[in-house]
Amino acid sequence: MAATDLTAGAQPDTVRLRAEGRRWGELAVKVALGLCALVSVATTIGIIIALVVPSVEFFRQVSILDFFSGDRWAPLFEPPSFGVQPLLVGTLVVTFWACVVALPCGLGAAIYMSEYARPRVRSILKPALETLAGIPTVVFGFFALTFFTPLLQDIGTGVNVFNVLSAGLVVGVMLIPVVASVSEDAMSAVPQDLRDGAYGLGATRLQVSTRIVVPAAISGIIASFVLAISRAVGETMIVLIAAGGIAQITFDPRDQAQTMTAFVGATGIGDVATGSIEYKTIFAVGLTLFVITFVMNMLSIRLVRKFREVYE
Amino acid sequence: MSVSPNVLGSRSTGDRVRGTAFYIVLLVSVTIGFLLLGVLLVDVVRKGIGYVDFTLLNEPNSSDPQRAGAGPAIRGTIYMMVLLLVMVVPIGVGTALYLEEYANRERWYNRLLEINIQNLAAVPSIVYGILGLAFLVRGIGLGRVLLAGALILTLLVLPTVIVASREAIRAVPDSIRQGAYALGATQWQVVWRQVLPAAIPGIATGSILALARAIGETAPLLLVGALTFVAVNPTILGSFTALPIQIYQWVGRPQEEFRLLAAAGIIVLLAILLTMNAFAIWLRNRYQRRW
Repeated sequence: MAATDLTAGAQPDTVRLRAEGRRWGELAVKVALGLCALVSVATTIGIIIALVVPSVEFFRQVSILDFFSGDRWAPLFEPPSFGVQPLLVGTLVVTFWACVVALPCGLGAAIYMSEYARPRVRSILKPALETLAGIPTVVFGFFALTFFTPLLQDIGTGVNVFNVLSAGLVVGVMLIPVVASVSEDAMSAVPQDLRDGAYGLGATRLQVSTRIVVPAAISGIIASFVLAISRAVGETMIVLIAAGGIAQITFDPRDQAQTMTAFVGATGIGDVATGSIEYKTIFAVGLTLFVITFVMNMLSIRLVRKFREVYE
Repeated sequence: MSVSPNVLGSRSTGDRVRGTAFYIVLLVSVTIGFLLLGVLLVDVVRKGIGYVDFTLLNEPNSSDPQRAGAGPAIRGTIYMMVLLLVMVVPIGVGTALYLEEYANRERWYNRLLEINIQNLAAVPSIVYGILGLAFLVRGIGLGRVLLAGALILTLLVLPTVIVASREAIRAVPDSIRQGAYALGATQWQVVWRQVLPAAIPGIATGSILALARAIGETAPLLLVGALTFVAVNPTILGSFTALPIQIYQWVGRPQEEFRLLAAAGIIVLLAILLTMNAFAIWLRNRYQRRW
């Protein structure tokens, strides 16, 4: 009763906390900021349209089946052949050799930083790794071609001047910081209690690292691996410079090969006539590349969310 | 033989050997990247230092390696960076403010926006080049000009700037916002006079690092036609080239002298990058506030 009286009595001259009118200035700001946010949405839509529209035209001229099942990539030859398999294999082999370096070294570096390094060492290592991650890929390409390949030749591996092995290994070095930083984030999110419990039971540091921390952070570690693979698939300059320009199906890393990205790069440089089939191949290969990396990025984003949900 | 103070008795030899071996493996994996970085730097300096001179910094490219320089390329890179900065910082910070201060996380479109930005950050850079080729160079007929290059690099590093700005904005404690609201400030007054000034060091650091990344990007610029001979100073709507593109062009030449010239170009590029990185780290340490 009293409560109703109070509200009823206070009704006429209540101090109103809401603004008198709509603040148009405030609304304008919100709209302006929202428009900024829309730029990134427009970018995604732009990328999809830019890739899909010319690709549809391409696939009117070349059947999708021929594109994916063909084992000869010679768009400039007469008669032309549009089998994308050589480019896919080239990409796969480069990615494989990149993973051989990046995954173990990146994971090792992450375990070291998270479980072994003292805070002072870690505070030096992290920005140092950032610096390594900031080296432009054209520099790594130069290094692969003019230093690493001759080195491989000197130790008697019999590699070609342009070869997949050198390009792949250098891509791997470039990706160590990617694996290390995402994995280290995941390991740092593992609660200290889990480690303390294991140490209390007499576990060694090795056992805590490999049997407690790594399994607990596994979704983040896998996310870092997937992200690194995606980056290796999308890497252009190193393979363009060091892996050669011949699209061929070979699993011999000493040989040269062309990747999807290297093809797009090499073809896009020239003054290709708009609307020609050669011009459209850029988009068909680009779309294939985009779909592959998109699927892996989504997987990686999901996995990162998973470990964030569990421990944060 | 000292007695181990370990109440559980000393570890078995096997455990100790395994532990040491594992530690060595970890050390090797940490070091290998830096080892290669060190070798790379020594190699580049050894090859290129003889070519770092006034000719390199000022003259245009030439078929004679003794007279070839990267002047227009260096100036092209600098012009692009200025344009990029003018475009990417307002859009990036605006997006970050929208997401942190205005957006309702529960709404599906805001969640989609976040995932979209995360995905854009991982799209291969050459795909941005394809976007530039299709829309800017051919689509709207802008042509192979400096502005097209700057626009593409803007879109490419936009996610990096957004992520860094969001972190900086999130680090500003809520009590500051609430204090301002309690004094009757509107939302924009809170954002403009309290949140943004407090977040500026973080935003600046992130933007410089993003800029440093953009400077080294090569692949997207190849597709918007930066691989071309430019003799004069670049203009916004004129044909252009950039330092990493010039390096790529020299690496591809068969003569040994051009490789040395490429190394010299790399020294200049790395010098610019390391200066920017160092500046960003200094900025972070100098102005970063712990709340």
